[in-house]
Amino acid sequence: MTPLLRAEAVSKSFGGVRALHKVSFTIAAGEIYGLIGPNGAGKTTLFNVLTGLYRLDAGRFSFDSAPLEGLAPDKVAARGIARTFQNIRLFANLSALENVMIGRHLRTRAGVFGAMLRTRATRAEEAAIEGRALELLDYVGIRARANDRAGSLPYGDQRRLEIARALATEPKLLALDEPAAGMNPTEAEVLKRLIARIRADGMTVLLIEHNMRLVMNLCDRVLVLDYGERIAEGAPAAVQRDARVIEAYLGVAPEDHAQAGTRDAA
Amino acid sequence: MLLELRALEVRYGGIRAVRGIDLAVGAGELVCLIGGNGAGKTSTLKAISGLLPLAGGSLRYDGEEIADLPVYERPRRGLVMVPEGRGIFAQLTVAENLAMGAYARRDREVQADLERQYETFPRLAERRGQVAGTLSGGEQQMLAMARALMTRPRLLLLDEPSMGLAPLMVMRIFEVVRTIARQGVTILLVEQNARLALEVAARGYVMESGAITLEGDAKSLLGDARVREAYLGETAAQGEDSWSVEAQ
Amino acid sequence: MSGAGRIERIAGSRAGVAMVTLALILLPFVLTQVGTSWVRILNFALLYVLLALGLNIVVGFAGLLDLGYIAFYAVGAYVYALLAGPQFGLHLPFWIILPIGALVAALFGVLLGAPTLKLRGDYIAMVTLGFGEIIRIFLNNLSQPFNLTNGPQGLARLDPLRLGEFDFSTRQEIAGFDFSGPMKTYYLLVLVAIAIIVITLRLQNSRIGRAWEAVREDETAARAMGINTTRIKLLAFAMGASFGGVAGGIFSSIQGFISPESFVLHESIIVVAMVVLGGMGNIPGVVLGALLLSFAPEVLRWTVTPVQEALFGRMLIEPEVIRILLYGFALVLIMHFRPAGLLPSAVRKRELEATRA
Repeated sequence: MTPLLRAEAVSKSFGGVRALHKVSFTIAAGEIYGLIGPNGAGKTTLFNVLTGLYRLDAGRFSFDSAPLEGLAPDKVAARGIARTFQNIRLFANLSALENVMIGRHLRTRAGVFGAMLRTRATRAEEAAIEGRALELLDYVGIRARANDRAGSLPYGDQRRLEIARALATEPKLLALDEPAAGMNPTEAEVLKRLIARIRADGMTVLLIEHNMRLVMNLCDRVLVLDYGERIAEGAPAAVQRDARVIEAYLGVAPEDHAQAGTRDAA
Repeated sequence: MLLELRALEVRYGGIRAVRGIDLAVGAGELVCLIGGNGAGKTSTLKAISGLLPLAGGSLRYDGEEIADLPVYERPRRGLVMVPEGRGIFAQLTVAENLAMGAYARRDREVQADLERQYETFPRLAERRGQVAGTLSGGEQQMLAMARALMTRPRLLLLDEPSMGLAPLMVMRIFEVVRTIARQGVTILLVEQNARLALEVAARGYVMESGAITLEGDAKSLLGDARVREAYLGETAAQGEDSWSVEAQ
Repeated sequence: MSGAGRIERIAGSRAGVAMVTLALILLPFVLTQVGTSWVRILNFALLYVLLALGLNIVVGFAGLLDLGYIAFYAVGAYVYALLAGPQFGLHLPFWIILPIGALVAALFGVLLGAPTLKLRGDYIAMVTLGFGEIIRIFLNNLSQPFNLTNGPQGLARLDPLRLGEFDFSTRQEIAGFDFSGPMKTYYLLVLVAIAIIVITLRLQNSRIGRAWEAVREDETAARAMGINTTRIKLLAFAMGASFGGVAGGIFSSIQGFISPESFVLHESIIVVAMVVLGGMGNIPGVVLGALLLSFAPEVLRWTVTPVQEALFGRMLIEPEVIRILLYGFALVLIMHFRPAGLLPSAVRKRELEATRA
C-alpha cells in the first residue's frame, strides 16, 4: 500500500536549537499513528512543519503522492490535513456551532456577492453548513452545547469541539495534539472510542498523546522522539519495552507501572 | 481547619458551576479534589483564590471570612494558586519569574528561599538564565510551582499540575508535590489523574456536576467501586490491567 | 440572541416596517420646523453612518484596527470631483461615478491593506494611520508637476447631485409638499444607508462573515481551518473601503467643493470612536454610535452658550472648548459604564463577561 504521508529527513531548528533532526516516517492510509516523547522533544514542532505553520529547514513531506512542503497552512488544510492544537485554539468568543461552521469554509463556496444577494444557492449552502456542523457536534457528543460560548466549555468538551471543527474540513489525515490532556481516565476512554470511530469511518489519524493507555490501546504504530530525534518506532507493545524509551520518556516499564499504580500517567 | 468552605456557590457564565459545597483542609494536610470535566473543580479553586466571586455560602481561611478579600490580598496571607496552564511570565527568565513570586515580600530571606527552590527543582537551577517561554511543559509547571513557593504559601492550590506532561515528568511533578507537602505546606490539589492524586493525598473529595458526591480518606476512595469506574477508567471486569492489554 | 437578530426581527414585522418607514419619511419635515440647518446636519450624520458601517467591517468584523480609514472617503470624494467637475471638464453622471468611486476606493483598500497583512494588533493601527496621512499629503501636493488635485485649494464647482433629470440640489414642490434640496438628498441617503445595512447584515451572517470572525478570534487557527487569511483580510479592507468611497462620492456631490482639509486624521479617529462607542461588530450599535457622535457636537453648539448665560449670566468658557471637553467626557463615561459599546454585539458581550469573570 502506498503511504498516505511520508516524511523524509525532516529538520527544523530555532536559533541554533535543533527541534527536529532528520526525522523520517511513513503513515499508511487508515492507520492510527502515535507520536510520543518527552515535553519539548519536537512533537508539536513536527505538527507545525507538517501543517505549514513553520517552514522546514531541510527534508520533505509527501502527502497523497504529492509534495507538501512549502505550502501555506490553508493549502495544507485544502489538501486534506486537519489538526487540533495542544493549547486549544478555538474561536473562544464564538459559539460551539459557529466554530464548526467555520471549519466548513474550505469545502463551501459562497463569496461576497452570493452573500450580498442571498441567492438561492447561498441559502441552500448556509443550511447545509449548519446541518453538517450540527451533525459533527453530535458525532463528537457535544450537540447540547451548540450555542454555548466555545471558551466557556469545560476543557474536555473544548478538545472535542476542536476535533469536530477539524473534521468539518473533511480531512484525509486528522492530526490530534494531546486530545486527552485535561481528561480523567474515564473521559479518555470515551475519547478513545471516538478516535477509533473516526478511523473506522475512513480517516487516518496522527496522534500526539501522553496518556499511555490511549496510545497503547489505540495506535497501530508509535514513533518516539527525544531531543528532536527519532529514538524508536514500532508496535506499541515493543516500543514500551524499549530501554531508550523507558529511560527518556516512560520512566518505568509497563509492569512496574502496574505495580506502582501509576500507569494512568497522563 | 486552615480552609473551610460552607455551602459555597459559584456561577460561571450563567451556569451554577458550584452548587453549595462543604470542603475543609486542615493545616499541613494534602487534600485532593477529583471529578469529571466541567464538574466545577477549577471554579472552586478560582473562588478560593478570588478569581471568581462567590454566589453564596462562606469561605473561611485561617479562621476568618475572606469572601470579600481582594484577589491580590490573598497571596499576602499565604493563599496561593498555581493555575492550570501555569501562567508563567513567558518573556522573563526563570530567575526573574521566581523574583516575581517574592514581589509582595519585604523580608531578608528571599535569597535563601530562592536557593531552596533551586534545591527542590534542580532543573530550574540549571536554567535560571533561560527565558521561561522556551522551557518544556514540565519545566514550566515546575517553575510555576517554585514561583508560588517563593511567596511562602501556607495553602497552595494546585490546578491540574500534570496536564499535558509526559509520564516521566508527571512522576517528577508528583514527587515534588510530596516534597512540598513534607516541608509543611498545606495543599489542595485538583487533578484529572485521579489515581496519582489519591495516592499522594491523605484525604479526597469527589465532585460531580457542581456538588461533592463522595469524600473520605484517599485509600478508601481508591478502593471505592464508583470511583474506580467513574474516574479511574476501570470497569468491574477489568481489574488491574497494564497499558498494553489490548495491544498484546 | 444577537442584537442584529433582534433588530431584524422587530424591523421585519409588518407593523415595525411601517412605523420605521413613516418615521424616516416624516423626520426631515419635523427637523425643518426646528431649524433649516438640521436637515443638512442629519445628512452629514447619515454620511458618517455609511463610514462607520464600512469601518465596522474592518474593525468590528475582521478585528483590524484601521486608523486611516478616512483616506477611502477622500478617494471616493476626489473620484467624484475629478469626474464631475471642471478640473478635466468631465461631467459623468452620478450613478456611473458612484460605482467607480467604490471600486477605486476598494482598490486603495487592498493597496493600503496589503502591507499590514503580516502585522498584528497595534502595529496595523500605526501603519494605517500613516497611510491615511500619506493620502492626505498626496492630495495636498498633487498639483505639481501635473495638476491632479489642485493642492490645498481643493476642487470647486463640482456638479450637483443629480440622478437623470432629478436634481437633488434645488427646492421643488412634489405632490403639494415643499421639498428643499437637503430634504431630497436625505431620502437618497436613507436609501443608500438601508442598502448598506442590508448588505452588511447579510455579509455578517455568511461564510465570508464567519471567516472574518475567525481571523479576528485566532488567525493561526483560521489558517489551519483552510481560510486564506491574506485574501479574507484584503477582502475586509476592500469592502470597508468601498463603503467609504460611496460616502465620499455623495459628500463631494452635496458639497460641490472639496479640499484635503476634510480628510484629516481627526476624522478617522471620530469614525473609529463611532464604531467603538456604538458597539463594535453590531450594526444597530454602529449606526447609533455614528448618529450620536454626529449630533452631539451640533446639539452642544446650540446649547452651550444659552445654558452658560442662564447659569452664570455671561459666557465663561468658549463654546468650542467646552464642546470638546464634554465630548471627551461623554466618551470616557460610556467606555467606563458600557465598555463593549452602547449596543454591544453578542460576541463582544460574551468576551467581556468572560474576561470579567
